[in-house]
Amino acid sequence: MDIIATYGTHLLVLAIIFGVFMTWGIGANDVANALGTSVGSGAITVRTAIIVAAIFEFAGAALAGGNVTKTIRKGIIDPSQIADRPEILVFGMLAALLAAGCWLAIASVKGWPVSTTHSIVGAIVGFAVAGIGVDAVNWGKISQIVASWVVSPALGGGIAFMLMMSIQHLIMNADKPFKAAVKWAPMYIFLVGFVISLVTLFKGLKHLKIELGIGESFLVAAIIGVIVALIGKWAVNRVTFDETEDKKSHIASVERVFAPMIIFTACAMAFAHGSNDVANGVGPLAAVYGLIQSGGEITQKLAMPIWILALGGAGIVLGLTTYGYRVMRTIGTKITSLTPTSGFCATVAAAITVVLASRTAMPVSTTHIAVGAVMGVGLARGFAALDIRVIGKIIVSWVVTLPAGGILAALFFFMLKGMFTP
Amino acid sequence: MVVSNPLMQLFGQSPFKPMQEHVRVAIDCANQVPNLFEAVKAGDAAAVEASREKIYALENQADEIKNELRTHLPKSMFMPVDRRDLLEILDLQDSIADTAQDIAGMMVARPMSLPDAVFEPLIELTSQCINACNHLGQIMEKLDELVETGFRGPESEKVMYMIDELNKIETGTDQQAIKVMRLLFEHEDEIGAVSTIMWDRVIHWIGDLANFAERAGNRHRLLLAQ
Repeated sequence: MDIIATYGTHLLVLAIIFGVFMTWGIGANDVANALGTSVGSGAITVRTAIIVAAIFEFAGAALAGGNVTKTIRKGIIDPSQIADRPEILVFGMLAALLAAGCWLAIASVKGWPVSTTHSIVGAIVGFAVAGIGVDAVNWGKISQIVASWVVSPALGGGIAFMLMMSIQHLIMNADKPFKAAVKWAPMYIFLVGFVISLVTLFKGLKHLKIELGIGESFLVAAIIGVIVALIGKWAVNRVTFDETEDKKSHIASVERVFAPMIIFTACAMAFAHGSNDVANGVGPLAAVYGLIQSGGEITQKLAMPIWILALGGAGIVLGLTTYGYRVMRTIGTKITSLTPTSGFCATVAAAITVVLASRTAMPVSTTHIAVGAVMGVGLARGFAALDIRVIGKIIVSWVVTLPAGGILAALFFFMLKGMFTP
Repeated sequence: MVVSNPLMQLFGQSPFKPMQEHVRVAIDCANQVPNLFEAVKAGDAAAVEASREKIYALENQADEIKNELRTHLPKSMFMPVDRRDLLEILDLQDSIADTAQDIAGMMVARPMSLPDAVFEPLIELTSQCINACNHLGQIMEKLDELVETGFRGPESEKVMYMIDELNKIETGTDQQAIKVMRLLFEHEDEIGAVSTIMWDRVIHWIGDLANFAERAGNRHRLLLAQ
């Protein structure tokens, strides 16, 4: 109790620094996973992607980031054993933030495909085992989380598969693919706008003091959907097509129709990523803040202050502008078999899945889901070639991330405890 | 510092562009054969050699594309079509270039005089066989669209029709080859037994140009049939 009273401000400042470091790591590496399929299709420039990411990651974090943090703060560990020693929890959360941030930074430099969510979950578990005890970890919850890591990519893959099939049937195999594309494109954009805003509204914007009923949510989401669809229609109609050209350019023109649509999917994905991963990143920061605010009382309910989410958003933008743009640039120059249509399907499916999954307050991994969505498009024969070996590599780094985050967190925990305990 | 994105490593190099590149070179190689025969007929040794060199160079180029493509097509590659079908088509395409090379090799290995009466039908047979190869080229040019449309729909039906056409052309060349051979044997006394046998072999090779094109086309059906 004394430690929090004496060093409260110091600890909070440390938490903010570590939190920004952690979100910096997300911006540096993870955003590229989220927007890779958009940039890789060549439909938007790296510059556009970074501007979109900066705006929508921030918006996603600030508007819709509230839910996931709950699980990160409370679901994984049971702090009741240390109710009389809240400083342990503070040290633990600080250690978790620092560990996840470090692991992300290492991975960014090494080019490993680690997941933000895995890092932070691993780190919290690591601290809990080291600092409190094995039984402090809510293992049932952990297994649920791990299950969601399998279910969510499968879901993303399923949605991506269906989207790709529908595009092939409705557009590619139509008599006049270009006309079909112009006709259906606004529908797809509507779908993106509608689903993303609906789930966001359902999730609740309580921390913004906005509460809507189910009917109202549907109405608002539909209106948002129509608005983006109209913008999309305007953009699509600017794509011209020479009727005298043969079928070959017809298919190429379909891709030209989908190219401006990629910007919408990038927005949706950045929003989804911001709401999911930023919230994961700043969850421990919110916990520290709550503990210090209450003078050490481990409260069951904590409101997520909007400034923390905004800080997370700012951290992402910082990471993006200082390091992430380099990763993006390599994606932008790499020649891939990604076309605007396949990129569109993969990104939309991933965005929808991330938003849906984070509605259940499960800390899912955006990277996971993005890979799942790419595989879904591949199963619909949407890609010329996918290198399955890379999947193995990705899975290995996912598995390694949990213990790595955990061990680092345990180390940092003892360090911090030693520093502050007289 | 490594700046890479693992998600992007998932996307392998598309094999379809190199496949098209390969067939273009192989066809180009086959298309040199009539010039070669013209030079042989004219008895212009320098022109024969020049023709041979060109065919060898193109065959080499095709080999390079083939090897490059194979190294980028490991078993782990997940594609909208079966990898084995693709490799089989590649091999057959390569056989077209190889056959053209065999013909060219024969023309410089031995003085290959030809009875005048056989020359015109031989050239006609050659151009029909090359027509079959060119037809295969047109089929392969459709690959990009097939990838886009997931190897389904009207586009794939159109390609099926093109493959049927290719089969018809090949059947025609078979009959034509028999006629040329009959003509050759009618004139066998003019050029001697050995030359007759060698030309018989060359006629078979010419027919092979169309055979390989047809087989590659038929293998293409498997890409569509899934």
